Amino acid sequence: MKNAPLLAVLLALPLFLNDFWLTQVATRALILGITALSLSFLATYLGVVSFAQAMMAGIAGYTIAYFGPNTVAIGWELPFWLSIPLALVLATLAGALTGLVARRSRGIYAIMITLAIGVAFFYLTRQNYSLFNGWTGFSGVRAPQVFGLNLRAPVPLYLMTLAVAVAALVLVAGFVRSPLGLTIQALRDAPGRVRALGIPALGPIVAAFAFSGFIAGAGGILNVWYNERISSFSVGLGPIIDILIICVIGGLRHPAGAFIGAIAFVLLETFAVDLIDRDRFNTLIGLVLLAIVMLAPNGLQGMAAALVARLRPRAATPKTSI
Amino acid sequence: MTLFFIVTLNGLTLAALYFLAATGFSLIFGLMRTVNMAHGALLLLGGYVGFSVVEATGSWGLGVIAGGLAAALAGALVQFGILGWMQGDELRQTLASIAISIIMADLMLWHWGGITYQVTLPELLSGGQRLPLLGVGYASIRLALMAFALVIGVALWFLIQKTRFGAVIRAGVDDQAMLRALGFPIKRIFISVFALGGMLAGMAGVVAASALSIAPGTDLQFLLSSLVVVIVGGMGSVGGAALGALLVGLAEQYGLAYAPTYGAVFTFAIMVLVLAVRPQGLLGRAEK
Amino acid sequence: MNILKTTASILALTAFAAPAMADDIKIGVISVLEGAFAGPGMDGVRGAKLAVQEAGGAVGGNEIEIVTMSSDASPDSAVNAARKLIEQDEVDLIVGPLSGSEGLALRDLSKSYPDVTFLNGSSASQDTTLRDASENFFRFGGDGAQWMVGVGDYAFNDLGYESVAIVGEDYSFPYTQVLGFMAEYCEAGGRVPEKFWTPIGNKDYSSIVYSIPQDVDAIFVVLGGADAVNFLTQYAQAGGDKPIIGSSVTIDQSVLDSQGPFKDLLVGAPSGTPTVSNFEGEEWQAFVASYNEAFPDGFSAPSIFGHHYYMSTKAAMLALEEVGGDLSDGQEAFRAALTDLEFVTPTGGTMRLDENRNGIVDNFVTEVFEREDGTLGNRVVKVVRDVDQYLGMDKDEFMAMGPVSRDNPSCP
Repeated sequence: MKNAPLLAVLLALPLFLNDFWLTQVATRALILGITALSLSFLATYLGVVSFAQAMMAGIAGYTIAYFGPNTVAIGWELPFWLSIPLALVLATLAGALTGLVARRSRGIYAIMITLAIGVAFFYLTRQNYSLFNGWTGFSGVRAPQVFGLNLRAPVPLYLMTLAVAVAALVLVAGFVRSPLGLTIQALRDAPGRVRALGIPALGPIVAAFAFSGFIAGAGGILNVWYNERISSFSVGLGPIIDILIICVIGGLRHPAGAFIGAIAFVLLETFAVDLIDRDRFNTLIGLVLLAIVMLAPNGLQGMAAALVARLRPRAATPKTSI
Repeated sequence: MTLFFIVTLNGLTLAALYFLAATGFSLIFGLMRTVNMAHGALLLLGGYVGFSVVEATGSWGLGVIAGGLAAALAGALVQFGILGWMQGDELRQTLASIAISIIMADLMLWHWGGITYQVTLPELLSGGQRLPLLGVGYASIRLALMAFALVIGVALWFLIQKTRFGAVIRAGVDDQAMLRALGFPIKRIFISVFALGGMLAGMAGVVAASALSIAPGTDLQFLLSSLVVVIVGGMGSVGGAALGALLVGLAEQYGLAYAPTYGAVFTFAIMVLVLAVRPQGLLGRAEK
Repeated sequence: MNILKTTASILALTAFAAPAMADDIKIGVISVLEGAFAGPGMDGVRGAKLAVQEAGGAVGGNEIEIVTMSSDASPDSAVNAARKLIEQDEVDLIVGPLSGSEGLALRDLSKSYPDVTFLNGSSASQDTTLRDASENFFRFGGDGAQWMVGVGDYAFNDLGYESVAIVGEDYSFPYTQVLGFMAEYCEAGGRVPEKFWTPIGNKDYSSIVYSIPQDVDAIFVVLGGADAVNFLTQYAQAGGDKPIIGSSVTIDQSVLDSQGPFKDLLVGAPSGTPTVSNFEGEEWQAFVASYNEAFPDGFSAPSIFGHHYYMSTKAAMLALEEVGGDLSDGQEAFRAALTDLEFVTPTGGTMRLDENRNGIVDNFVTEVFEREDGTLGNRVVKVVRDVDQYLGMDKDEFMAMGPVSRDNPSCP
């Protein structure tokens, strides 16, 4: 377990951080990281960049809102042990459906068809009142009490999010080593040859999308608990692009990039207003983003990995390094 | 029935505007495989500059030219200073252009403020006409839009099909590596294509600001509509952009008139449908 | 364990946040400073700053500090802004937000922060205070329905419009404005045969223009800013000649100043609003002078947004004054002072709150007129004082109408 020290630090964070840092920064970054992971999984192993992840996360979030406590008197309340699996199932189905529709699209065309799916879903949620409560959306959504533990409280919410994030990473690692995962990577590298071998491509592609829908759904559930609300704005163009930004600044070489990107993104978004005149913070956000894209082609994770790789030999022979 | 014809006409005129807005985007993608997410920002910049020039000089034509030139310059700078450095890395370029659009939107908000601008039309275009047969009033500028789109479309077709520059662009669409190997100054060509695309966007911005209006947020609207138009029609072909614009313009207006609640959903559902059946768009060629 | 945690938190805080002076009172102002609503949003911030400036920047020896935070008009971003202001900047009060859905979101959020007092900015959703109200959320202003009081009556009885078509943006604020109009108009005997709900930010209204029935007497346009300019221009270009009735955000000065062929249509158009830029009232003139002096680069007069952020912040200043800046005990004394506060508004009426902490306000019916130099302005037709959230109806009767929607109310 080479990641054990890191995990220990993450577990100990609630001891050191006040509620703001724990919830608004750490928990939020982990949640965004989970949703971004669902995209970087697709991008890295299937070679498809999908803009539909916000939709999949949104479907899970809306399910929790519709079948949970809310203050808009829409939907009916189910116990959490029913609504959570239901949300995950629906998000997975949404992923599978996206995969089915986009199965033949590659590169920029895959981006566009998934963008269209995402934007169509956004307009649907904005215009429909019976299921999505339109423009206003759901408010007063609360994370449940589980065995007397209030998951709304900062520390339980953080620890649960951390657990889900770790589980998601483990799942992704397991998935890509499974036969199905290997087929998917083969499809990415040599789609022609896979088909020539008589392996049908449809199944693995749909499975990859479904799996990414499952991960995005987990992020979506946590997100609706964190925000305690969801509306059409939560699945709009802003969040759609944010997920891509997180993935690319984090780096697509390694699943952990999604989380590194999410931390950078949350820090930037939260504190840009403090660093610069409060009216011009968007310029700063854009400039930082541009700098990262220009200077770190493989994202922050790639940059960090390169740095570590360069430092290691020196550390092994300290005498000659001076 | 009259309503149906008018809505169709509205769809056609809106399509003309969408076509104007999307051609620059299509051109840039066609040659360079660059998805320029700052396209909407270039369009808005053109619109703002056009407005300021029309206010200062009172000449609408001058405003259109100035808007086009400003956006052309900005486009060339973007390609020269930023996107050119990551040629071939589509995803990074996409993201870098998103960053540029965020910065541009914020700076334009700073300079022009958050209010809505409408460019004053010349006398000739500002009023309405009574349409024969249908017997209703119709805005002159919308009719002019179609002529405008036609002129630009034909000029672009001519440029691409009949000139040496166009031949180089077409060669670039088919085989960039070969073009480079033949010793063409591909960097300069790319910059000039970007400037041309920016100019088309900027001029479209002034036209949009005249026919409709511009305000912060207009950039994203036209970026989205350009994406849909170009993708549905097939990337990198003028005809494709025209077909895509027709489809989107008509879908939007029929939606607004007959199913206002879910009109926008339908527009994007059409896009999904087209791409599910033909992943390369209606007139696009399949990728190798 | 707890001590360790507290120490660590304090360390983290001192490391990352500038420590506030003990007696400072921090007001977090949430407004939209980016995107399509940036213009109105910036004026909201001006309003809040003006109220603090007029109080001399301090109350009872406590410096007042304003920390602004932008939202992008989405409820999610308003919630994030508020959380940051409360937890990171440690504000005592929040003034804002700008738009309706944000208001609902902050109302819900306020229940999780019982120690912070929320004063609504300019958001005008009915349910923010009417249904599921929050103990620490105050609105020194009206909702969208209150802002239309007087217009329905005027349109039917004075102008003689017997049926009206409605063109509005498809979300809760226009629904609420339509309620304010129709409650009176339908009661008086008017009919609304058709409503056209269009997506917000729609640019091309041409197909709506031609769908408007020929036999209505007027069109009630519930569109804001750019949408209003687009619709009116396209309607006029198509040769439309029905009289226009405006919502609170349709016919403001920026629309009147826009160039376009629609100007002839607008002369005489009535609308309802709590804010009239060139109101003759003495208090208003003083308010405008103060605003112009403080913000030479602001608008020529405060907008509805500046006006409302001003009133909320002013209420906070007055209540703070009354309790000598005492915000202890979960701001109990301060909130009691807010609840019982009465003060003269810039429009000359008396602002006070109802049992849901919603303002009982002045409202104006205005009409567009042509000035001598040919430009257009709004002038006051009548002032309706003391408009409450039930629009003067019996509470039970009013509540029985149910929440607003695309189809409620209806009188075809």
